[in-house]
Amino acid sequence: MSETILNAEHVTKRFTDKVALDDVSVAVPEGKVYGLLGPNGAGKTTLIRIINHITAPDEGRVEFMGHTLTQDDVAHIGYLPEERGLYKKMKVGEQAMFFARLKGLSRTDAKRELQTWFERLDISDWWDKKVEELSKGMAQKVQFIITVLHRPKLLIFDEPFSGFDPINAQLLKDEIIKLKNEGATVIFSTHNMNSVEEICDNITLISGGHNILTGNVDELRRRYFGNRYELTFTDADHRALMEKLLPVASEFEIREADPQGRNVLAFRLNDGATVRDILGIANTESLIAGFRESIASMNDIFIRAVKADQSK
Amino acid sequence: MANNIGIIIEREYMQRVRKKSFIFTTLLLPVVMLLFSLLPALIMIFAGSDETNVLVVDETPQRISAQLEGSDDLHFIPSEGISRDSAMRRQDVSGVLIIPANATTSKSPQIRYYSNGPVSIVTEGEMRGRLNDILSAERLNNYDIPGLQQIIDDSKVDIAFSAVRLDKDEPEEATSSMVSYMLGLGLSFILYMFVLIYGQMVMNSIIEEKSNRVLEVVVSSIRPTQLMLGKILGVAAVALTQIVIWCVVAVVISSVVIPAVIPADIMADAQALKAGAPTTTGTDADLLNMLSVVTSAGAIGSMIVNMLIITAYLLLGFLLYASIFAAIGSAVDNLQDASNLSSWAVMPIVLGIMFALLAASNPTGTVSFWTSIIPLTSPMVMVARIPFGIPSWEIWLSLVLLVAGFLGIAWVAGKIYRVGIFMYGKKPSVKDLVKWMRYK
Repeated sequence: MSETILNAEHVTKRFTDKVALDDVSVAVPEGKVYGLLGPNGAGKTTLIRIINHITAPDEGRVEFMGHTLTQDDVAHIGYLPEERGLYKKMKVGEQAMFFARLKGLSRTDAKRELQTWFERLDISDWWDKKVEELSKGMAQKVQFIITVLHRPKLLIFDEPFSGFDPINAQLLKDEIIKLKNEGATVIFSTHNMNSVEEICDNITLISGGHNILTGNVDELRRRYFGNRYELTFTDADHRALMEKLLPVASEFEIREADPQGRNVLAFRLNDGATVRDILGIANTESLIAGFRESIASMNDIFIRAVKADQSK
Repeated sequence: MANNIGIIIEREYMQRVRKKSFIFTTLLLPVVMLLFSLLPALIMIFAGSDETNVLVVDETPQRISAQLEGSDDLHFIPSEGISRDSAMRRQDVSGVLIIPANATTSKSPQIRYYSNGPVSIVTEGEMRGRLNDILSAERLNNYDIPGLQQIIDDSKVDIAFSAVRLDKDEPEEATSSMVSYMLGLGLSFILYMFVLIYGQMVMNSIIEEKSNRVLEVVVSSIRPTQLMLGKILGVAAVALTQIVIWCVVAVVISSVVIPAVIPADIMADAQALKAGAPTTTGTDADLLNMLSVVTSAGAIGSMIVNMLIITAYLLLGFLLYASIFAAIGSAVDNLQDASNLSSWAVMPIVLGIMFALLAASNPTGTVSFWTSIIPLTSPMVMVARIPFGIPSWEIWLSLVLLVAGFLGIAWVAGKIYRVGIFMYGKKPSVKDLVKWMRYK
C-alpha cells in the first residue's frame, strides 16, 4: 500500500442543533483518486472544509503529509467547491492572478503558469474579459484552472462536473486523470456513481455523519454484496425455480432477460449452503445457460448501504 | 499568511479606487461642497438680475416717495395724479406700490405692493428696507430735535465678542463658540456619513461574495477571519485615500485660495481679532472668527494635529462599525435580508450624531462627556467636542477605549463571520448570531 497523504482520525464536528460528523476517519493514499460519497447532508462538505482548514474539528485530528494540518498546508491543496463562483466585475486574468497569489505563487510564477494553462484549455483570449461576460461553462474552466494552478499535492473536487456539457466534462475528466498520473492525489466528492466507478480507486461512504463503508472500489464491489450470484437459464419459469431454490438461497431478484431472451435470476446464497447445492437444484429444474458471481454497481452499494444505515 | 491579508487588501483597494464612481466623487464632492457654500451668494447675484419697474402711488402729504431711490434692477416710477384703481389696472409695470396717507403718522402703517407676477424676496426686502429707512427718518424729523440722526448713529455699538480660554497655555487661541459649534457639527456629520457609507460598503461587498459563492473559493486559501480583516482594511485604505485627497484640497483652499480671494484688509482683521487687537473694517466678528479658523491664520501645526486626531476617530470609528457590518453581511444571503439586521449597526451611529448635536451645544455636560468616552458613540460625539478645546486626557482615554472597543467587536464579528458565511437559506436573527459566536 502506498503512502498516506491525508489522514483524518476520529473527526467529530457538532453544531448546536445537530452532529455533522461523528467519529469519522479517512485515510487517503497518495497518488490515488479517493471518492468521498454520501447522500445530501451527510457531512461531506463539513469534512472537506475541515480538510481545507476552513473550520476546525471539535474532536479528532487531521494529518497532512505526516504532520498535523496547518494553515500553511492549504498552499498544497486545491479545492473546487460545489458552490463556486468568481468575482463578476473582475477580469479573468486579473482574477486568476489574485487566486494564484493567495496560494503563495509569486507574480511571475503565477503569470507563467496561467499562460500555460490558458493555452492548454484553449482560452487564452479570455484574459481581458470580465467574468460576467463568460458563460457558465466558460467560468467553470477558469475555476478549474484556479484550483489546479499552484500544482497542489492534494486536489479536492466537489461535484466537479455539474454545469459542464458532456464534451467539457470529458475534457475535465481527462485533465483530472492526467493530474493523477503526474502524481497528485485527488479527493472526489460526487453523487454520480458512474464516474466513481470510472475514476476512483478507493472510497469512503458517509451517511448521517458516520463512515458506513470504506475501501477499494473493486474489492468493495465484489465483497460488499458477497455471496450473490446470477443464474441464466431456460426451460423453467422464475417462480417455479425460485420455489425449488428456497432452502438454499434468498433475496431473489428477477432480472431482465439477456439478449438471447434467456431468464436471469439473482439471489443470495444462504449461510451454510454452497454453490454446488444451487447448481444441483438448478441443473435438475432447468437448463443452465450461465452462472456467475454478481458484482454490485457502486450505485447499488450506495443505495443499500445508506438504506441499511438509516434503518438502524 | 500576513502576506495573504496584503493580497486581499490590495484587491479590495484596487477594485474600488479604479472605479469611475470613486474618482468622480472624490474629485467632484469638494467642488460641490464649495458650490453649496457659495450658493446663497450666487443666488443673491442671479436672482436680482430681472428688471423690476414699480409704479408708486403716494398718498402721503409729504410725498415721501420722492426719497425712494431705485437701483440697477429696481426702478420706482412716480405716478402723479393717478388714482389707486387706474394704477392697479396698469399692465406695463411689474407692480404697484401703494403708500397710504397715514404712512408717516401710524406706528405700523399698512403698505401694500400689488404685483403682476411672483415677487422675489430680494425685491420685497429691498423695498421694505428703503421704506423703513425713509419713514423712520421722517418720524425722527417730526421730533424737531437738531442733530438727532447723528446722535442715534453715534450711539450704535457693534461689539466684537470673543471668548478666551484661561486654562490654555496659549491664551491667544481664542475661538468663538459659534465657530466651534459649526465646525464640530460639520465634522461629526462628515464622520457620520463616512462610517455609514463605508461601513455599508464592507457589508455589501461581503454579501456579494457570499451570494456569488466566490467566498467558498477564497476561504480555501485564507482564513475567514483574515479575509474579513483584509476586506475591512482594504475599504479603510480607500476611505483614507479619499480623506487625504480632501485634506490636501482643504489645505490648498484655506491657505492659498481663500487668502487670495478675500480682500487683504479683512484678512488682516481676522488676524487682528485672533491676536486680540482692534479690527478696522467693521466686518462681522463671527465671520472673522470663521475666517481665522479656516485659514488657520498661520497655525498650520495645530491644524494638522487636529486633522490627525479627527482622522484617527474617523478610521477607528469606521473599523469598529465596519466589523459590525461585516458580521451582519456574513449572516445574510442578499441585500434585502440585511436591512433588518443592519439597523443594529445604523442605530448607534444615528444615536451618535444625535448626541453630537447635544455635545456641540453643551460640550462639557455629563452626557456629552460620557458619550464621547464610550465607544460606539465616541467618534461622532468627540469630534463635535474637539473644536471647543477639551483636555487631552479625555481624547486619549476615549481613543484607547475606542481601540479596545474595536478589537473586542472585531473579535466577536470574526467569530460570527466565520460561521455566517457558510449559512444559506434561513434569514438569521440576532439570536442565531449569538449562537454562532459560541461555535468552536
